[in-house]
Amino acid sequence: MSTVEIKDLHKSFGSLEVLRGIDFTVESGQVVCVIGPSGSGKSTLLRCVNLLEQPTSGKVIVDGVDLTDPDVDIDAARRRIGMVFQQFNLFPHLTVRRNVTIAQERVLKRRRDECDSVARENLEKVGLLEKIDAYPPQLSGGQQQRVAIARALAMNPSLMLFDEPTSALDPELVGDVLSVMRQLAEDGMTMLVVTHEMGFAREVADRVVFMDGGVIVEDGPPEQVIADPQHERTREFLRRVLHPGT
Amino acid sequence: MSAVSEQEAPSPAEPRKGLSPRRKQRISRGVQYALLVVVVVVLAALADWKAIGESFLNLEVAGKGLPDLFTVALRNTVIYTLSGFALGFVAGLVLALMRLSSVAPYRWLSVIYIEIFRGLPILLIFLMIGSLPLAFPGFELPGGVYGSAALGLGVVSAAYMAENFRAGIQAVPKGQMEAARSLGMPHMRAMISIIIPQAIRIVLPPLTNQLVMLLKDSSLVLILGVTAAQVELAKFGNDQSSTYANPTPILVTGLTYLLITIPLGYVARRMEARQGAGR
Repeated sequence: MSTVEIKDLHKSFGSLEVLRGIDFTVESGQVVCVIGPSGSGKSTLLRCVNLLEQPTSGKVIVDGVDLTDPDVDIDAARRRIGMVFQQFNLFPHLTVRRNVTIAQERVLKRRRDECDSVARENLEKVGLLEKIDAYPPQLSGGQQQRVAIARALAMNPSLMLFDEPTSALDPELVGDVLSVMRQLAEDGMTMLVVTHEMGFAREVADRVVFMDGGVIVEDGPPEQVIADPQHERTREFLRRVLHPGT
Repeated sequence: MSAVSEQEAPSPAEPRKGLSPRRKQRISRGVQYALLVVVVVVLAALADWKAIGESFLNLEVAGKGLPDLFTVALRNTVIYTLSGFALGFVAGLVLALMRLSSVAPYRWLSVIYIEIFRGLPILLIFLMIGSLPLAFPGFELPGGVYGSAALGLGVVSAAYMAENFRAGIQAVPKGQMEAARSLGMPHMRAMISIIIPQAIRIVLPPLTNQLVMLLKDSSLVLILGVTAAQVELAKFGNDQSSTYANPTPILVTGLTYLLITIPLGYVARRMEARQGAGR
């Protein structure tokens, strides 16, 4: 079954049309990377999948639930969709432990000890169990992002969205975050990743989607889209990303 | 090239006209010191030191105010201030949330409230509260004078605090709300657990200043007509000074206010500085 199904999605900000008819699906267990120049609408697309942006028209179906249906319980739907932001967005006034447990406790109504063991398990997974009592501002960017991943995983999502998760990191910290994401992909998590990391996309993605000007230009396996692009715009973009300065 | 540099650099050999700037500055500073000394000497000569000592620094009269100065007057001042602050805090938070609501009438109500109560003197509010029983016969605020004082100080400080809270909430980065919502938290839950705690931290310095203002404004409670047991600092000082026909108690009362306002102001500035450094 498709985890994500997007049909003729349009999104405008005022008179600016950012998404101009997007159709695509993410199958369960797939890793799909969305690439494209800035301003191409890829982040907006991702934010439409959990309705942080309200689509202007079209359908967004996640786990068989049409999120654009006005009667749908959006809070319930979002519990099943993990989101990782470019700026991490950890809660700075709460400890790492509380960051990972607060939504479990308040939203899923789990018992305290269960919240805590789920938090430990997921912090272990991202390799930061020893930081459980630290506050986010005491952590490096890479550590914060890994805590953010653990926070999302603690809700047992069926889908994880990543919005340029490594773009705000110092280059030497990118690797740790990518290896956590790689592990997540190996464990069979369904992932939709907006990224500029071509190496990651080529190696981990089942499919790569190239967007430009609010439409999907190319959609296929990475060996095709990255190694042998069919469209001139894709080729132009990849040339600039892979060989900057030429 | 050479013409330009000749124009710009005055020749050091050329004799200066009048005094050098440094000399002028030194003379001006000397005049300022001299003026200060003259004023102090004249005031000291004109003042009747014996009378000042007896009227303002009369330890005997000051001692008569004890221990009521602290156990009654200061205690009441603190009670009036804190109860007004607590009411203003809660009401201000609600008004701030209304001000940011997506329901337009809530926004209007909040704006109207804030504009009205920021624009009225507290003295007038107390007079109005005193006349409430005229509008609602038999109506009595719970807590008597204490209730009226809390209400009067609360409704006014709520208007100021609402604006502080609104600014604080808006200063929390947008990503915080998005992260909370993406974890499935409803809007109100995200506000309570994530946004408001951060907003309160941001507005702690202005809230502390608000507390200092309230402490001073609590002196206006005397207009409500208080008994000896309900008296606060300012009225206590005034009453004592009438009783003993000596203004020393007023000075003592002033010092008691400063005992609280100066440390509080210091705390507020410290918090402000720390926040400024953290950003």
